[in-house]
Order: sequence, then structure tokens, then C-alpha cells
Amino acid sequence: MSKPGRAPQKALVDGGVGESLHHDSAHKHVSGRAVYVDDIPEPPGLLHLCLGLSERAHARIVSLDLSKVRGAAGVVGVFAVNDIPGDNNVAPVFKDDPLFADGVVEYAGQSMFAVVAVSRELARAAARLAVIEYADLPAALTIADAARQGLELEKPQRMTLGDAPAALAGARHRIGGKLVIGGQDHFYLEGQVSLAVPGEDRDMLVYSSTQHPSEMQHLIARMLGIPNNAVTVEVRRMGGAFGGKESQAALPAAAAALAAAKLGKPVKVCLDRDDDMILTGKRHDFEIEYDVGFDDDGRIEGIETVLRSRCGYSADLSLAINDRALCHCDNAYFLNNATLVSHRHKTNTVSNTAFRGFGGPQGMMGIERVMDAIALHLGKDPLDVRKANLYGAAPRNLTPYRQTVDDNIAPEIIGALEEKADYRARRKAIADFNANSRVLKRGLALTPVKFGISFTTTRLNHAGALVHVYTDGSVHLNHGGTEMGQGLMTKVAQIVAEEFQIDAANVKITATTTGKVPNTSATAASSGADLNGMAAQAAARTIKDRLAAFAAEKFGCAPADVAFRSNRVEGGGQWVPFADLVREAHLARVSLSSTGHYKTPDIHYDRATHRGRPFYYFSYGAAVSEVVIDTLTGENKVVRVDILHDVGRSLNPAIDLGQIEGGFIQGMGWLTTEELCFDDKGRLTTHAPSTYKIPACSDRPPIFHMEIWKGRNREPTVHRSKAVGEPPLMLAISVFSALVDAVASVCGHTIMPNLDAPATPERILFAVEGVRRASAPP
Amino acid sequence: MRDTVRFRLDGVLHEVRNPDPTLTVLRYLRETLTRSGTKEGCAEGDCGACTVVVAEQAHGAAVFRAVNSCILFLPMIDGKTLYTVESLSGPHDALHPVQQAMVDCNASQCGFCTPGFVMSLYAHYRNGADTNEGAICDALAGNLCRCTGYGPIVSAAKKMGEYRQIEEVSPAPLDTDGMLALTYVDPHTGAVRKFFAPQTIVQLGELSEMYPDAVYLAGATDVGLWVTKRLRVLDTIISVASVAELRVLSETKDTVEIGAGVRYSEAYQALERLHPDLGELLRRLGSVQVRNAGTIGGNIANGSPIADSVPPLVALGATLGLRKGAAQRMLPLEDFFLAYGKQDRQPGEFVEKVIVPKLGAQDVFRVYKLSKRFDQDISAVCGAIKFTPDRGIARGVRIAFGGMAATPKRAKAAEAALEGRPWNEAGVRAAMAALEKDFAPIADMRASARYRMEAAKNLLLRAYRETNGESARVLAEQAMAYE
Repeated sequence: MSKPGRAPQKALVDGGVGESLHHDSAHKHVSGRAVYVDDIPEPPGLLHLCLGLSERAHARIVSLDLSKVRGAAGVVGVFAVNDIPGDNNVAPVFKDDPLFADGVVEYAGQSMFAVVAVSRELARAAARLAVIEYADLPAALTIADAARQGLELEKPQRMTLGDAPAALAGARHRIGGKLVIGGQDHFYLEGQVSLAVPGEDRDMLVYSSTQHPSEMQHLIARMLGIPNNAVTVEVRRMGGAFGGKESQAALPAAAAALAAAKLGKPVKVCLDRDDDMILTGKRHDFEIEYDVGFDDDGRIEGIETVLRSRCGYSADLSLAINDRALCHCDNAYFLNNATLVSHRHKTNTVSNTAFRGFGGPQGMMGIERVMDAIALHLGKDPLDVRKANLYGAAPRNLTPYRQTVDDNIAPEIIGALEEKADYRARRKAIADFNANSRVLKRGLALTPVKFGISFTTTRLNHAGALVHVYTDGSVHLNHGGTEMGQGLMTKVAQIVAEEFQIDAANVKITATTTGKVPNTSATAASSGADLNGMAAQAAARTIKDRLAAFAAEKFGCAPADVAFRSNRVEGGGQWVPFADLVREAHLARVSLSSTGHYKTPDIHYDRATHRGRPFYYFSYGAAVSEVVIDTLTGENKVVRVDILHDVGRSLNPAIDLGQIEGGFIQGMGWLTTEELCFDDKGRLTTHAPSTYKIPACSDRPPIFHMEIWKGRNREPTVHRSKAVGEPPLMLAISVFSALVDAVASVCGHTIMPNLDAPATPERILFAVEGVRRASAPP
Repeated sequence: MRDTVRFRLDGVLHEVRNPDPTLTVLRYLRETLTRSGTKEGCAEGDCGACTVVVAEQAHGAAVFRAVNSCILFLPMIDGKTLYTVESLSGPHDALHPVQQAMVDCNASQCGFCTPGFVMSLYAHYRNGADTNEGAICDALAGNLCRCTGYGPIVSAAKKMGEYRQIEEVSPAPLDTDGMLALTYVDPHTGAVRKFFAPQTIVQLGELSEMYPDAVYLAGATDVGLWVTKRLRVLDTIISVASVAELRVLSETKDTVEIGAGVRYSEAYQALERLHPDLGELLRRLGSVQVRNAGTIGGNIANGSPIADSVPPLVALGATLGLRKGAAQRMLPLEDFFLAYGKQDRQPGEFVEKVIVPKLGAQDVFRVYKLSKRFDQDISAVCGAIKFTPDRGIARGVRIAFGGMAATPKRAKAAEAALEGRPWNEAGVRAAMAALEKDFAPIADMRASARYRMEAAKNLLLRAYRETNGESARVLAEQAMAYE
């Protein structure tokens, strides 16, 4: 029943785009009712799987005697390489990650077999009973080992701009140095977990805590030797992922599916924390050497940078990760003439993988070290050197991969932050403090972030969605993106609510499943909202257009004159509640379901030359960090942080601020307390929170100011927003630079500290001692 | 004797007859009761995702303890009232103020750590809801969040007291007369396992002689990991947690006497009064959850080289009381540690108490702990020094370090370098050099040998400078920034 007149002029619906809607699951999170994979009510007959892991870094398997495992209490099945019907592979790109080791193990912790028992505890106990005879092979454990032996996943990759050797030769100033950057464990609070439920025929339903359901589906199908359409992978939410549940979820998911297929029973694998940390890949550790030439203002004339990363025993996503590292060797700076070389080293350690920033952070750490070194060399404030090198107008807008920087707002953000954070006055106050403090020294740094948005692998930049409108006007939303805590589901629901002009409460968020939206890309590269938001918007628009056509007929106006506003639809001087129109449209046989698809326009990249336009746009930000160090012990604290960060037009400011703050603290952990240690046999010794220290509550800076930059994406992204998942992590590079500044203050900023990451108390103390030694009179 | 564990949950009395003695509360909740709100994050008491609140009436008042359910054995909640995240919401999904504050502050992202945070905050709420930021950080030190960066959770902690209070379930006393004595037959192996929770020291003595190989259990903050991580099967467990005599904390004019069953959190105030550095060390030992379960007696008895409570107690000249049956013996605490993993304890003998001398008015005492992370981390080095200045001369010098040797150990050479000499920088530098004779530390994932040695030396220098009025600690800078 339509009503005369216009709908009331309420500008917004509840929960539209730009509102700080709470996370859709917040109520469930706080009351314990949010269901994670391990919380799904157990199907009858559920069995539990535990993996048997290699104890050696590189060895031939002489014998694998699993008879005691098989005979252990509660054991129902034991599976190894010969039990796999299809491909023994769980790798994302190349077929080089076996589900179970085949004749040889290539890292300590590699999966060798699986045992399935009636309880998780019995499976774990049984797994320890394997009798394995190894014949050790030479193991390359470190970047140095692999570099010496020339072990690389592919040939060194080069990216060049101008003529770096000539520029270096002609530069007025020239310095070189090296920076070692440690890896990082994801430490998602929910470990890897999968539940596989066999169905009729040879169907397999797998609940997996994964960022990449489609890849899980395809790998499981090939491993079982069945078509993709026999496998369905579903995930409602993850308890954190950060890149660690992209490719790394595949092995446990495949193991569970294999056992479930073999035994005809549901099988769950829920990795123990230690097994998880030993088995799964981490952020790549890097060694970066630079040789830079610059003028009296500190402006770079030419630079040669050599990146070496520890990729581990297989390729995983390492090629793309190292490509992104190359693409971020400039951060926000024009390099003028650059030769950037990237070595991707194969080692007998766990295969390193995606982690928030995907190589970008490491590349940026290199150039920020260069900025600090130039400033110290010239006796300038590092901020002035940074400003002098920022991208600018042509020709100073060309990246080493030949994309021009057209949306540069780094100078404005830095200028505004410098003011807000009172940078200059604090710089002076800190100098005064340091002059009068023998033991404690303070440090300050402002560092920018410019992060390229899009998968550098162009073909991955697309997404699909599926939207249904039911006859009561409620909406069912599904898309290929996965929820890992980043608020993607909330944002996409807001986009759909905005599109239909209905309250977000009427949009039902549903689990991601390969059965609804197929052949998706991973929820990664910060792309979740950009891609899935656009796809969902497209699906909603298709339905909306059909509804508008129907309404136009009903109202006797043109479809273009039909407007959706505040839970109502109006046109021709009449209006009708959205739900009423939907019901009438259904009775008139209008389809109320649609898919939607989006692909990022205008991007391309040629890996052969490392040139192109890999990124649709850049996200920017800057942070000022102030630290204090104890020169007797190396203990340190971040005491104040100021952040100004660009998210375009925010889809949801509360969620974006959450990403900024959380990303910063995670980055701070990477560069300070989080240290991965391996023993001389290549075994990880920091495989639990007792030994691997992510930031705790009190590590949060006591003064923490955050602000979203007021702006909009110059590219037509969804509601002119920008990606926010990864970029804020790199704001934490300011912490590392501030620590370098504090150490350098020990000798009046005359010696460049040899401080590597993570800057543990030990590294800081030794860097202080090194600076003191170097500045002492002979 | 009772063979049934009894506890209350949401007003319902739960009775479990002869359970697996090492079944964790977490597994019982998730698997038996299918209450999946409480999560497993690490199964070693380090992440807090499994935090629950255990409450009881003590001295006429309700006491709420946040604890890690992943390493808490079911028999350990006998007689208690248990609260889990599901306990908090009222009818019709009404959220508790703690929960509502978390929602309103956007304090959850992935949500997996959230139930644990909610329960730590719930205990904080029921214990007075101090809104000081330092107190909040302490209350949350045992909960790791990888998504939020903690800011919104701290905001929630500050805000939760502003909501209208709801009617709370109070812990009701439960009849636990008679010693809990469980016998469990493993259905898969047929092996018999026993659990005893004696209530008097006489019962404990008798059981100890009857089961000389029994594992003693206090808070399970270490023994719990033997089960969840090393998958050890413990045949006989004797819990000291209910032994009335061991639960005593008493003070004389000159000493503090801490029974072996006294939890860290219960001993905190007495030790903090003894010296603020001792309080600060305890504040950083483990987390609220660990201190609410673990005991100083257990920390000593396990003989870890990195037991944080030991170096300061050794420096203070503490005496350890051991007991076997009715026979007691006393020994200087440092003499208890014979070698790595080897203590001076006979089969059937148990730690009864530790007697800590109070400091004299003139005494100088300092404790320092170095670790990668300030809160809830295990020491790379923990050092303590005590002496009595006598007209500029150091007398009665006692220095002890953890993390520097296979056991917590006195630095005798460094002590000798200072004893009877003027307390000045030259003397301290000599003591620093002497540490090379005292220790040959190892390198591990917590620190290199060189760092341990350099830092230990510098801690002596710090102690000297602090006695000269030059105080410089980074945590003080942080505390200043909070204000």
C-alpha cells in the first residue's frame, strides 16, 4: 500500500556508511556466544587429529615406524604420505608444500604424519610415539648460510630507476650500512583449526579458520582426487589471522579432510599452540644493505639496496612478498636513481608467509634506516631529511617501478602531524633531558607511511558477492571476504544498507562459504572492503534496479525518479515502506536475488621488468613516537605516540581507528619485544607465549593520540574509502627510529647506532655500548 | 573422605565423582558442559583467553580470583563458586556492565581473547574497579590481545563502573568437610590415578609418607604445564592448597612467615610493606591469574633457576622450613638449591614455609628484574642486593641472582668485594668485576650470556647510584606519563 507524499527527510538510515557501528559480533564476543570453528557443536562420532612433526631441519627419512602410534590408546587411524589419494600438496602457488614429508624433511617442524584418536589428548600422546630414523643432510638455516651456498627460490630480482652507479659516484656524500630485521609470529589468539565432515557421495564439508576458503577447497579437492564441486569450505569468523591463515590454514584443513575421507567420520584438528608456532610460517626476516649518495640537504641522488630474505624451505607466497618489499623500498620518498636487488633465499626453516604488510614493512624499514643515517651524517634533524626526500611534483613523482605517485598527501599529513605532536618543541625538550640524564635517554622520530593498495599479482584483484532480499524486506548478505576481526562484515553490511537505504540491522551477515561465492581471492592485501564492498554494492544495485523498475511502474514515474530513502521507496509523489515494495515485487515475479562482481580497474604489473602500475592507489599516514631507554640495561618504553592516518572517506571510523591502533601496536611488537629464536639445529625455541612476547597491555604507550586524516580517495573506490588493514602497522617504524635516536644521543649523535630489529633490551644495550666504544678516544 | 568434587556455577551445584584429577577446568567447561565461551589460546597460562573467575568466602568476605582455566585442574575448584563468561549476561541477553562497556568502547575485534578479558575485568569489577591506568594494566597483564592494541579495552575498564549495577550472584559457602580423595581409573589404560587434598598438616604428613613419589600441587601454574605440554601422567597428586596450616601468613616484629600454600597475591601486601622493590617484583611476576593461583612455596620447591621470588628472599636471608611427617628442619633458602632440577628435599618431605627477615631501618635493599617484556615475562636476569651501611662501610652484604646459573645463587665473590669496604663506586666496580668469578651464565632465547653478565654488573652499579640519589628507571617515566 503506497502512501502519498515524500518520505520523511531523515538523512540517514541506522548503520549506513560512515557510521561508527559496533562490530557486528561485539555482543557475541563479550558474552561468549560467537562461534569459532572449535566451538561448533561436535558432530556424533567426532575424531581428533594431531600431526607428527619433524625433529630435524634437513634429513632423509630412513624409516618412519608408526606401529607404536597405531597401537596407542584411543587411536583410530594413522596417515602418512602413501595414504594420500591425490596430490601430496598444500602449497598456494607452486606444488612444493607437501601435506606429509615424502622421503625427506626440509625443516624442523615439518608435518610427517597424522594420527587420529577419540580425543585430542590421546592423539597428541600417540603422535609422540613415532620412531623415526633420520639421515641428516646439510642444512642452510640462516640468510648467511643460504647466501653463501647460493640457495635462492628464483633468480635475484632487480628493479631499477635511472643510473644509480653514476649517481652514487657523483654524489657529494655517500654512506653505506646494513640492517637486520627479525621475523614475526602471527600469534593469532585462535590457533589453526579445521573440522572436516564427510557427506554423501564423496562430498566433504570443511569448517576452516582461513582467510582463503577457495584455496582450501581447491587444494583439498586435488589432494583427495575429487572435483572442486565436491568440497565446500566455510568460515564464519576467525580468532585473528593477520596473514597467517591464508596459505597456512591449508595443511591442517587438508589433514582433517584426508582423515575424514579415509575414516568416513568427522575429524577435527585444533593445533596445540606450540605445534602451531613450530609448523606454520611467519613474517620473513630480512637483511638489508644500502649504499646511498646524497646532497647537502640530505636529498638522495642515488641508492643501491640489496634485500635478502629468509623464505624457508618452499616458495609459499615468498615471491609476491619480496616483490612487495621491492615496491616499498621507497616508502614515501623519491629515490632519483635506484638499483634495488632482491634475493629470496631458500633455507631449511619453516616456509615464511604472508603477514600484515606482506614484505612492505621490511622494505620500508630499509629506507627509514637510510633517512636516519643521512640525518646523522649531516647533523640534521631526521624529519628535515625525510621531508626533503618526499615524493613531489614531476619528475619527482616516479616510483622505481614506474608508477607515478598522483595522490601524494604525505607532505600535508606530515606537516599537520608535526604541528599536532609539537615535534620541534619536544625535540628540544628531549635534547635538554638527555643532556641532564646520565642513564635514561629519550628519542623521538616521525616516520611516514605510503602503502600501495592492490594485490601486486593483478589477477587476484576481484571479488564476488551474493545478496538475497526476502519477502519481509530482510536482506541476506554473502561475499567472498572473510572476517578475522577487522570488521569487514560490518563494513560491507553498512555498504549494502546504504545502497538499499535500509537499517543495517536488516542486513544479515552470513558465513563465507565456497558454496555461495566461488573462486574467490584471499581476504588479504588490505583489499577486503575495497573488493567485497564493491561486489556487494553491485549485487545490491542489480536488485535495487529491478525494484526501481517495478516501483516506477507502480508509481507511474520513470525508474530514474524512484528514490530509496530511510527504509522507504518513493517516486511519483508517493512512497511505500521498503518491505512492502519487496513483497509486492515478489508477487509480481521480480527476482530478488543477485550476484555482484568487481575487479579493480587500471592496474597491471610486469614481473619480468618489475614495472607497471601495481597499485590502484596509495594509503598514507605518519606517526611520531617518543621513547626512553635505560643505558645500563637496554630496557625501554614507548612513552608517547601521535598518529595521523589516511583511510580516505572512512566507512566506519570506529573500526578504522581500531585497525590503526591495533596495527601500530602489532608493528611495535615486531620491532621491539617479539624475537624469534632458533637453535643451532634449526629448531624454533620461542614457540609459545612464555618465550615469544607480543605486546601486553602495559606496553601500550601511556600517551596515545590517533586521528583520521580528513580526506577522500581520489580513485572511485567504494564510497571513496581507502584500505586500512595493513598500512598502520608500518607507523610503528617510528618507534624503531626513535630508539635509534635515543641510542645515538649517548654520544651526541655522532655515531650511527648499529641497532637491529627487534630492538630487545639486549640489542639496545649492545648498541649503546657500541656507540660508546666508537666515540671513545683511542 | 570425599570422592566428589563440588562446585557452584550459575547457582547450580555441580558434583563430579572421581574425575580425572588432571582434567582441566577449561576442558570440563568446553567438552563436558559444552560451554564454549571460554577459549584455549595457549594451554600454558600465558595468554588469558581461558580466564574464569573462582570465588569463595574468606574471612567473611567474598574473594574473586581471575585464574587460567587451561592449567587449573577440576579438583582445585572444589568448594568454590565458578564464574565463566556465560555467567555474566542476564536474562534476555542483557549484558553485564563489563560486557556493555566492552561493546561500547569497540574493545573486541576478532573476539577470541574477549571472554578472557571480560572475566579479568569482571574480577577487577567485583574487587573495586580501580580506574587508575596502572592498576588496569596490572589487572589485564595476563590477557593478550593481538587485534586492538589494548586501548579500547582500557577505556572499557575505566567506563564499566559508570553503568547501572545489576544484581550479582554471590559466592555461597559449600560444605567441603572431609578430605577430598579421588580415585580415577583411566578408561583407556586401566591405570589408577589418585588425588588428595588434605586439610591439616598432619594429614599431609601422613599422605606424604604413604606416597613418597607423589607430586605436590599448589596452584598448578607449573605442574599444569607438565600435563598440558609435556603430556605427563601424574599417578598421585597431593594438593597443599587446602592445608590450613600452610595457608598461614604471619608476621612478627622481625619476620614475615609465609606458609607454602599462600598464593603470591595473598603475600603481596606483606612483602610490599617489606620493601617497595619486592612489591614491584611481585607485581611483575606472572600475571594476576598466575599470582592468584601460584605460591611462593611452589616457586621455591620447583627449584627453577629463574624463579623470581628466590633471589630477593635469599638476599634478605630467608630460611626455608621443610617437613617430613612430624619432623621439621630449617635451612638457609640458598642451600635448598643443589643443582639444576635438584633440591635438598627427601622423598616424602615437603616445603612447609619460608621465613623472611624484615629489613632494619638502615638496611639497603634493591631488587631488579630484566626481561624482554615488562609484564608477565620470565626473567633473563633477576638480581637482589642487601647490606647494612655502617658509617660508609657496607656490612652484611648479600647478593643473589636468578638467571645467571643453573640455580638461583648468591654472588659470593661480589659480596666479598664489598663486605667491610667503603660503599663507593670503586668498591662497586670491583664487585662488578667479581661477578665474572661468581657466574658463567648460559645463552638462551631470553638473553645471551654476555647480556646477562653485562646487565648483572650494571644492576650493581644501578644499586650504588640509587643509594646516591640518582634514580633512573624507565617504568617511572611511564608512570609519570600516565599522570
